[in-house]
Amino acid sequence: MSVAASREEQANVRIEAKGLHYRDLNARIREAVADGAAEIELSGVNGQRYLADGIEGEVRIAIHGVPGNDLAAFMNGPTVTVHGNAQDAIGNTMNAGKIIVHGDAGDVLGYGMRGGRILVRGNVGYRVGIHMKAYRSQVPVLVAGGCAGDFLGEYMAGGLLVVLGLNRRAGEPLVGDYCASGMHGGGIYLRGECDPSRIAGREVAVRQAGDDDLKALRPPLEDFCAAFGLDLDAVTDQPFLRLTPVSHRPYGGKYAT
Amino acid sequence: MRRVELETDKALSEGETELQAKHTEGPTAVAPLYSPPEFTWSNDVSRCRRCKRCVMQCGWKALSWQDGVVADQSKCVGCHRCEAMCPENCIVVRPNPQHFKPHALWSVTHRKNVWRQADTGGVLLTGMGNDQPYQAIFDHLVLDACQVTNPSIDPLREPMELRTYLGKKPESVELEMSPEGTLRARTRLEPNVELATPIVFAPMSYGSISLPAQKAIAMAAVECGIAWNTGEGGLHEDLKPYAESAVVQCASGRFGVHAGYLNAGAAVEIKIGQGAKPGIGGHLPGEKVSLDVSETRMIPVGSDAISPAPQHDIYSIEDLRQLIYAIKEATEYTKPVCVKIAAVHNVAAIASGIVRAGADMIYLDGFRGGTGAAPTVIRDHLGIPIEIAVAVVDERLRQEGIRNQASIIAAGGIRSSADMAKAIALGADAVAIGTAALLALGCTLCQKCYTGKCSWGICTQDPELTRRLDPRVGSQRIANLVRAWSAELEEILGALGLNAVESLRGSKERLRGLDLHQSTLEVLDVKPAGAGA
Repeated sequence: MSVAASREEQANVRIEAKGLHYRDLNARIREAVADGAAEIELSGVNGQRYLADGIEGEVRIAIHGVPGNDLAAFMNGPTVTVHGNAQDAIGNTMNAGKIIVHGDAGDVLGYGMRGGRILVRGNVGYRVGIHMKAYRSQVPVLVAGGCAGDFLGEYMAGGLLVVLGLNRRAGEPLVGDYCASGMHGGGIYLRGECDPSRIAGREVAVRQAGDDDLKALRPPLEDFCAAFGLDLDAVTDQPFLRLTPVSHRPYGGKYAT
Repeated sequence: MRRVELETDKALSEGETELQAKHTEGPTAVAPLYSPPEFTWSNDVSRCRRCKRCVMQCGWKALSWQDGVVADQSKCVGCHRCEAMCPENCIVVRPNPQHFKPHALWSVTHRKNVWRQADTGGVLLTGMGNDQPYQAIFDHLVLDACQVTNPSIDPLREPMELRTYLGKKPESVELEMSPEGTLRARTRLEPNVELATPIVFAPMSYGSISLPAQKAIAMAAVECGIAWNTGEGGLHEDLKPYAESAVVQCASGRFGVHAGYLNAGAAVEIKIGQGAKPGIGGHLPGEKVSLDVSETRMIPVGSDAISPAPQHDIYSIEDLRQLIYAIKEATEYTKPVCVKIAAVHNVAAIASGIVRAGADMIYLDGFRGGTGAAPTVIRDHLGIPIEIAVAVVDERLRQEGIRNQASIIAAGGIRSSADMAKAIALGADAVAIGTAALLALGCTLCQKCYTGKCSWGICTQDPELTRRLDPRVGSQRIANLVRAWSAELEEILGALGLNAVESLRGSKERLRGLDLHQSTLEVLDVKPAGAGA
């Protein structure tokens, strides 16, 4: 075997996850990362939680099957691709990196996320993008290809949330109730028709996205289309509604001073 | 990607008309009808050396110089900084002696609060812990002492063990013989935090308190071999040398939380609630989010740092378990995980759930616990005393056979080594001190922490004020306090005939209640004074 081939083998690690407890599976992943793996492929994943939790660096992790809750929590850098659906709490407090889900994903995605991107081809559940925040050059982005549940972008403090509603059924709401409640930073973009009554209270300014907004949306949408083999023109063929906070100080006037 | 943020900001300023229109919907403040000053200020002019030090020291700008010191008494909060700094001791700050017609139900405080709220339409804020005259149960508990048949121990001459380990303990320990012929544990021990004495510092974030104050606490923790707590404000660069003694906090705002932070300290704490404001979130106003605070919290300068009241990813014990194990995975099971809750009515059942969720420690914060800012109505009326919470949680965990799975930290109004000893006898492994540590730094409990103008440089981010606090001197003062309490605890243990603090833990038989209601005694599981063994 040539040196190059053995390096190649080292760089690409395959792990069969069937029957492995998450603790053991994660230990194997961390070991592979420590050994300098460039790509890790997990097959037979079936609900194991906390995969890629707290992992740092440039490694790419491909997951076949359905990963469990808290995928890529506290993650800082890697790219995780899920070839299937994903469950709840993906990218919890994530700092950097990318998560691509070729299916639907569950509730509480990107909680407190500070950087990186989460791209979901299908629908996302409740409480997605809660308290997302931005810091210096870190601007987290979450794009949902389908529709979103209640409380999208609650307490949002920074970053970008995009809901595209692709393949939406007639009459299906794009987002659930109480969207953007408590929002005090960042921006939410909703593609196509959307019932403004579902947009929460007076802390949110709602308007049609302008040319400047669309220019800013372009890079993450290009990324989304590239990840799922979609045509950018088809994704941007409808107007977007733009939600931004009225104030960065939502509770400024609440107290007796 | 930076561009996105800038575009959003620009577009935001364009929408300002809409912004202002919406903001006028709140209460409309009116001119105060009557707000008498809380304190009166006077100085003995015959002794005043006209050094102006008092004028410079007042963070509230209550004093000015007009060929002599002139006081705007309406601004005085009674922090006594001017008094303390006067080289001639010629200043006196005293409560305003004005008298209102006495009324047994309508206290003067109630009346003043109504006037203030009629002026502003706002929620009243306060700082530090509940100051209302509820019964202090600690003051109605007395400890036992040895006489004749069970000899006491002299801590001056005999070894006394205060060392305390916080974290999961095994059900049992299996031993095996090593090849060298010595016994060693076969049982795998869970990570624990070792404390030289059963005291930790309460979580107080950089942001809520100043950097010199937090540094003084961190340095004292290292010196005393105990732990400090970052609070929910991240770990400042200057405090990284003290990180090994830190408990790093992860709360609903996730400020400054990342994988490196979780791995930096001795333990990780998930904050669910706080004794001073159970069920209420945290809120650091934008004006306190300076460049330095923003870097530590990893949020933009000047934006409100809002910690939502609940953690919106936690709606059940199962959800809590998920966060506990996400942290354990991110730290590769090397750090014990603590869950901090406010002591509330159903605390025993909640604590049981927390232990079953996998927590290694429970931090119970009683309703006397301090805060940098809380609505007064919340601080003064929600939650239960720490004495009761510790007693019922310890009892419940023992009944369920899971007491070994988590240590209990008691906090919220621990004022002395006596309170500490009584809390341990009621079932705590260690106590946390916040207010006491700040008192050691000079705090006088004026309860104006929320204004950010603390003249003692403790609860402020104003560089003019924070530079008054020398962390080295401050850490020495706090370390002295910890040493004094530890020495007193040894004296108490000696009197009890115990030579290790763990022998006192949960030893309610060594307590008696004095002037406590029968129902309180029953809840505490403590006998009344006079009852024998």
